[in-house]
Amino acid sequence: MTDLRREALKHAMPWLFLAGLLIVWEVSCIVFQVPEIILPKPTKIFAVFFQRFDILMAYCWDTLWTTTVGFLLAIAFGLLLGLAIGASPFVYSGLYPLLIAFNAIPKVAIVPILMIWVGVGSLPAVITAFVISFFPIVVNVATGLATIEPEMRDVLRSLGASRLEILTKVGIPRAMPYLFASLKVAITLAFIGSVISETVGGNNGIGFLMLSASARNDAPTTFAGLFAIAIMGVAMYAVCAMVEKRMTRWAFRGEIVA
Amino acid sequence: MAFVDLKGVSLTYRLGKDTTLALADATFGIEKGEFIAVVGPSGCGKSTIMKLVTGLLPPSGGEVMVDGKKVKGPIKGVGMAFQNPTLMPWRTTMNNILLPMEVVEPHKRRFRSHRAEYVERAMKLLKTVGLTDFADKYPWQLSGGMQQRSNLCRALIHEPELLMLDEPFGALDAFTREELWGVMQALWLEKRFTGVLVTHDLREAVYLADTVYVMSRRPGRIVLAKKIDIPRPRTLATTFEPHFVDIVHELRDRIHQEHAP
Repeated sequence: MTDLRREALKHAMPWLFLAGLLIVWEVSCIVFQVPEIILPKPTKIFAVFFQRFDILMAYCWDTLWTTTVGFLLAIAFGLLLGLAIGASPFVYSGLYPLLIAFNAIPKVAIVPILMIWVGVGSLPAVITAFVISFFPIVVNVATGLATIEPEMRDVLRSLGASRLEILTKVGIPRAMPYLFASLKVAITLAFIGSVISETVGGNNGIGFLMLSASARNDAPTTFAGLFAIAIMGVAMYAVCAMVEKRMTRWAFRGEIVA
Repeated sequence: MAFVDLKGVSLTYRLGKDTTLALADATFGIEKGEFIAVVGPSGCGKSTIMKLVTGLLPPSGGEVMVDGKKVKGPIKGVGMAFQNPTLMPWRTTMNNILLPMEVVEPHKRRFRSHRAEYVERAMKLLKTVGLTDFADKYPWQLSGGMQQRSNLCRALIHEPELLMLDEPFGALDAFTREELWGVMQALWLEKRFTGVLVTHDLREAVYLADTVYVMSRRPGRIVLAKKIDIPRPRTLATTFEPHFVDIVHELRDRIHQEHAP
C-alpha cells in the first residue's frame, strides 16, 4: 500500500466505522423485528430527518444560538476569572474552593431556579450553557498562568517589568493554548447545558422538540433530533479545534516540524 | 566604592519550620566593568548570590549596594541568562531579543516609533553570535546552542551595566560551550559591562573572569578570591598553557577541601 493510500484510508476510517455501525443497527432492527416505537431503523430516522428538515432546522437554530451566546459569555467570564485566579494567590485561595463546590452541583438542579427567576424560554438555556461551560475555561487559563517558568519571571523582573507587564508579555500568551484547548471541552458542555434546560423547562429548541416528540411516542422524530444534536456538537467541536490550531501554532510545533 | 558591594550578606531560606542558611557573611566587591565568576560545590548558594545582587531576593542580614544605592527591590535593567534559555516559543528569535526594549526605559517609550533602529541593533548582535540567518525562526526551530546564543543576545540588547549569568553554558555540549566562551569574551571586551558568572566549570570561570570566588559548602562562605592575571583576549590555546592549568588546579584543590569532610 502506498503512503498516500494509507493516509487516505486513515482519514476514511471514522466514516467507515460510522457506516458499519449504522448497517449493524439497520440489520439488527430487521432481523430482531424491533418495534419502531422502541428503536427505529436508521433509514427511517434519516427519512424523517429530511422530511421534517425545516422544522428540525428551526429548532436547531434556537439551540445553536442559545448555546453560542452562553459559550461566548463563558469565554469572556472564564478568561477574566482565570486570569485573576492565576495571577493572584489571594484570589486563588479565596475563589478556587468555591468554584470547585459550584462545579460539583449538577447543573440540571439550577434550571428550576432559573425558571423561577427568568421564566421559560431561551434565557434559561443561555444561562445554563454559560454556567456549565465556564469552569474548564477558568481552570485552564489559571493553570497556564500559574505554570510560568520562574526563570522567565526572574528575567522580566530584573528588567524592571511590572506585574501587569509580566502578565501581558508572558502570562496571557502562555495561557492562550490552555484557553483554546479548554474551548473544545467547554463547547460540548455548553450544548449539554442548553439541551438540559430545553428539556427540563423549555418551550423551544431541539431538546424541547425531542421531549414533545417522545411524549407523542414519535420515536423516529426523537431520534432525528438526537442526530441533529450530534451533528451540531461535532461541527462546533471542529470549529473550536480549528481555531485552536490557528491561534496557537507555536504550541503545535511538533507537528509543524515533522 | 565598588560598583557592586556586599557587606556581611547572609540569606536564610524558610520552608515551614525548617530554616536553611544558604549564604553566610558574604563580603566582597565587584568593580565597574569587572567580570567575576563564582564557583563552588553544588548547593552552596551560588545562585543565591545572583538573586541577592539583583534584588530578586531580600537578604536576611547585611547589605547589598549597587552603584552606591542600597538594593531594596528588583533593580531595573539587569541582563540575565540562565541555563534554561527561557525564550518565548510564540515569538521569533528577533522578537525574543527585542523583549527588553519593550520593558526597559528609555527604550520602552520609543520602541514603537523607532522599531527599525532597534531591529538593526539586534541584527548586529545576532551577527556577533553568528545567528544572522535565524532572526525570523522560532526558538523551537533552533538547536540548544543557538537558543543559548539568542538568550545571551536578549540579555545584552539593552546594554545593561550588570549582566548575570547562571550556568548559561551548563546544558551545552563541550564544543559549543567552548565556542560560546569566546563569544562571551568578545561581547564583554566590546561592551565592558559588569559581569557575574555562576558556574561549576572551573576552566570556564578562569577563561572568562577577572576574579574567581570559591565558595564553601553550605552554608556558603567565600573561601578564596583568586585574581586571574592572564592577558586578554584569551583563546582556547590559553586554556592549555601551564599558568592557566595551574590556576585551575589551585581552584580545584580548594574545592576538594570543601568536599572532604
